[in-house]
Amino acid sequence: MILEHFAAQSACPESSPSANGLSRRRFLEAGAAAGGGLLLSVSLPFAAGGAEAADTFAPNAFIRIGGDGEIVLTIPSVEMGQGTYTTIPMLIAEELEVHLSQVRVEHAPANEKLYGNPLLGGIQATGNSNAVRGAWQPLRQAGATARTMLVLAAAKRWNCDPASCSAQSGEVFQAATGRRIKYGELAADASRLPVPEGVALKQPSDFKLIGTPAKRLDASSKVNGSAIYGIDVRLPGMKVATLAQSAVFGGRLKSVDDTAAKAVKGVRQIVRLEDAVAVVADHMGAAKKGLAALVIKWDDGPHAKLTTADVARELEQATLGSGAVAQNIGDANSAMVGATTQIEAIYQLPFLAHATMEPMNCTVHFRKDACEIWVGSQAMARVQAMAAKVAGLPPEKVIVHNHLIGGGFGRRLEADGVVRAIEIAKHVDGPVKVVWTREEDIQHDMYRPYWFDRLSVGLDAKGMPIAWNNRFAGSSVMARWGPPMFKSGLDPDTTEGAINLVYDLPNVHVEYVRVEPPGIPTGFWRSVGPSHNVFVTESFMDELAVAAKQDPIAYRLALLNKTPRAKTVLAVAAEKAGWGQPLPEHVGRGVALQFVFATYMAHVAEVEVAKDGAVRVRRVVCAVDCGTVVNPDTVQAQIQSGIIFGATAALYGEITLKNGRVEQTNFDSYQMLRMNEAPAIEVHIVQSSEPPGGMGETGTSAIVPAIANAIFAATGKRLRKMPVDAAALKPPT
Amino acid sequence: MPTTIKVNGIERAVDVDGDTPLLWVLRDVLGLTGTKFGCGMALCGACTVHIDGVATRSCVTSVDGIGNSEITTIEAIGTTPVGAKIQKAWLDCEVPQCGYCQSGQIMSASALLASNPHPTDADIDDAMAGNICRCGTYLRIREAIKQAAQSNGKAG
Repeated sequence: MILEHFAAQSACPESSPSANGLSRRRFLEAGAAAGGGLLLSVSLPFAAGGAEAADTFAPNAFIRIGGDGEIVLTIPSVEMGQGTYTTIPMLIAEELEVHLSQVRVEHAPANEKLYGNPLLGGIQATGNSNAVRGAWQPLRQAGATARTMLVLAAAKRWNCDPASCSAQSGEVFQAATGRRIKYGELAADASRLPVPEGVALKQPSDFKLIGTPAKRLDASSKVNGSAIYGIDVRLPGMKVATLAQSAVFGGRLKSVDDTAAKAVKGVRQIVRLEDAVAVVADHMGAAKKGLAALVIKWDDGPHAKLTTADVARELEQATLGSGAVAQNIGDANSAMVGATTQIEAIYQLPFLAHATMEPMNCTVHFRKDACEIWVGSQAMARVQAMAAKVAGLPPEKVIVHNHLIGGGFGRRLEADGVVRAIEIAKHVDGPVKVVWTREEDIQHDMYRPYWFDRLSVGLDAKGMPIAWNNRFAGSSVMARWGPPMFKSGLDPDTTEGAINLVYDLPNVHVEYVRVEPPGIPTGFWRSVGPSHNVFVTESFMDELAVAAKQDPIAYRLALLNKTPRAKTVLAVAAEKAGWGQPLPEHVGRGVALQFVFATYMAHVAEVEVAKDGAVRVRRVVCAVDCGTVVNPDTVQAQIQSGIIFGATAALYGEITLKNGRVEQTNFDSYQMLRMNEAPAIEVHIVQSSEPPGGMGETGTSAIVPAIANAIFAATGKRLRKMPVDAAALKPPT
Repeated sequence: MPTTIKVNGIERAVDVDGDTPLLWVLRDVLGLTGTKFGCGMALCGACTVHIDGVATRSCVTSVDGIGNSEITTIEAIGTTPVGAKIQKAWLDCEVPQCGYCQSGQIMSASALLASNPHPTDADIDDAMAGNICRCGTYLRIREAIKQAAQSNGKAG
């Protein structure tokens, strides 16, 4: 696949929509493309309502059928390994009756006005597992409409009944005469036709592409070294820089002795910033050597003594007060009074770094009148806006070239690395690529927040929950990242997975207390809100089953009569995992169930706890109902990926602060799950004709409680804090 | 005084300090950006190249210690029979996601198969545990190595 990296200032495919081409539903326009051919402009709502309710038509995806027959799709989502650039073209190709290989994807230029994602506060970004969810209906409709217009154009040319013509493989075909004509030759004629209303979509039984495993379009460049990520950018005259930032957040640079650094061969320049210092060199080897040779003195600032325990204490205090009510059903307090048994628990989750394999980097060529940026970003318009601010230029003078992303997981929704690179580039004559060392990357991340949750549940005489209370405290990433999304003390991300539970609970009261920790920045992390809430609710649900002396699956099933899709995935996971069948000693099974990102998922994890307390995840069985499956291979791949990502967090993931500094530095102290530790994974897809749910994050949130619950089954020890503490699991000798 | 190294069959003179890690010579001096930076401490395997056929972490290999040895990078591994088989298996099994670590994975896997045409699961673990994949493609990597090994013909 050719990935074209648009300049942010370049125009979208230019169009001249015909006046009569405006659809009444206002999510689709058709007209002549600037270079000839047919252009369809589509407004992707991403979620219910948004764009259709708008007064003005604001397209954010474009399909261009050129005179040469080439079909180009311009979309605002970015490819970061989740397969979007393969899955979304399938939607077009299916209805347009072309081969997938005929559709080329281009990434949309940075333009918040056009490409803003209503699910993310109008911000242009790829996250929250919503690319396919948003595109599902409108892109198929656009494909079907384009196909119909091409058929009409052919019928007009042949002067025959359109019903006698059909579309196949990029051509219009008339069976009776054997006549055929390629789309490219019809595109200009089609662009002069009115847009037909209400074109019917295919029935699922007629799908040729959707539901079949499609080969990833971006794979071949990733096996021969030719794929270009942000870090691979090379420009004439470019220098390479690396940096040290104040180890304590909020600290300041006091002094730098650069005598030895300047003597390093290849070092060109030392750049001093308020809270960082950079070494600019001919290559990264010289820059790193120069950095090591600097003698730096810091003023650590107000957070010099901060520890993780300080943060946890503050959050704990906050859960003793009251918060914003995220959900209230019935009267949990009254119900609690009448409960036979009351169960209370406190859960905690640590700060986590993203540790994308490609460390943070950004290349900048700063000039007085313009600023050019090369980076891999999940949020291009954010990059452009923040870059303009720090560069002191209007946004249209900031040109952003987006690149493949060596892992996003939420880290590349932030533009802090871009801001830093511009601050450095302002002092450098010519282009400079700023590359963070792994140590800088881990110690200056924007971390998954620390969470502190206080729960209490009342059970009736049969052990079933009649009152559910949950008050949790932590950072609202959304309040900083997308302020309009934070209202009345709440945002939709922070509470997802804590409210609207799949279980039929008569009395529920959930409160959230926003507490921003001092001295450590927070950010979105794969599976976002649910990465926290699903661990807590599904671990606690397991505790309730134990208190009720019931099997964890049977207990959950009894609460799922109003959510049949949840019930099905749970039953399928249990059956496929051999739930209830005997296991060897020190091995246990645990289950977790969730409905988040519009996808139902159940995991059964099988873990072995060694004599020294070391935990090995042996096997994971997943059952998923993600609505209509567009590309089953991508669904499988994303679930495998999410499970490894979540298992890594469960077993190893923890960022701690001591003296205001992040203690972890590299993959020795911030460990990743490796090949020899990877569990066997089975994914069972439950067939569904519902609209597609999100897939990029779901596997991650569900696996952590499944592992914790399996550890309980194996050892009888309940872990209410992640990551797994092997020492606590070691039996007393 | 430039150092001369042989990369993908071609002798290249590079004017850098002798203790410069090979990784940066490949990426920044010679423009072979297929070899990736991940950790700088031989902890993640993203920078793996072959030196005389042996999988080697280029981020901790000084350029002055290489001498006349043959360096092979991801850009040329497809010209070796084993490398080509591994690349094909990677595509057949749809291994890559973000793809960033896959250069290193492929270099480790092709070194394994070149020395051990029919590896067991334990052999695969030993050879591949040094390569981190944050997208969690491990299961497909294992499957792809086995597929490539099968195309080596029957064991024995």
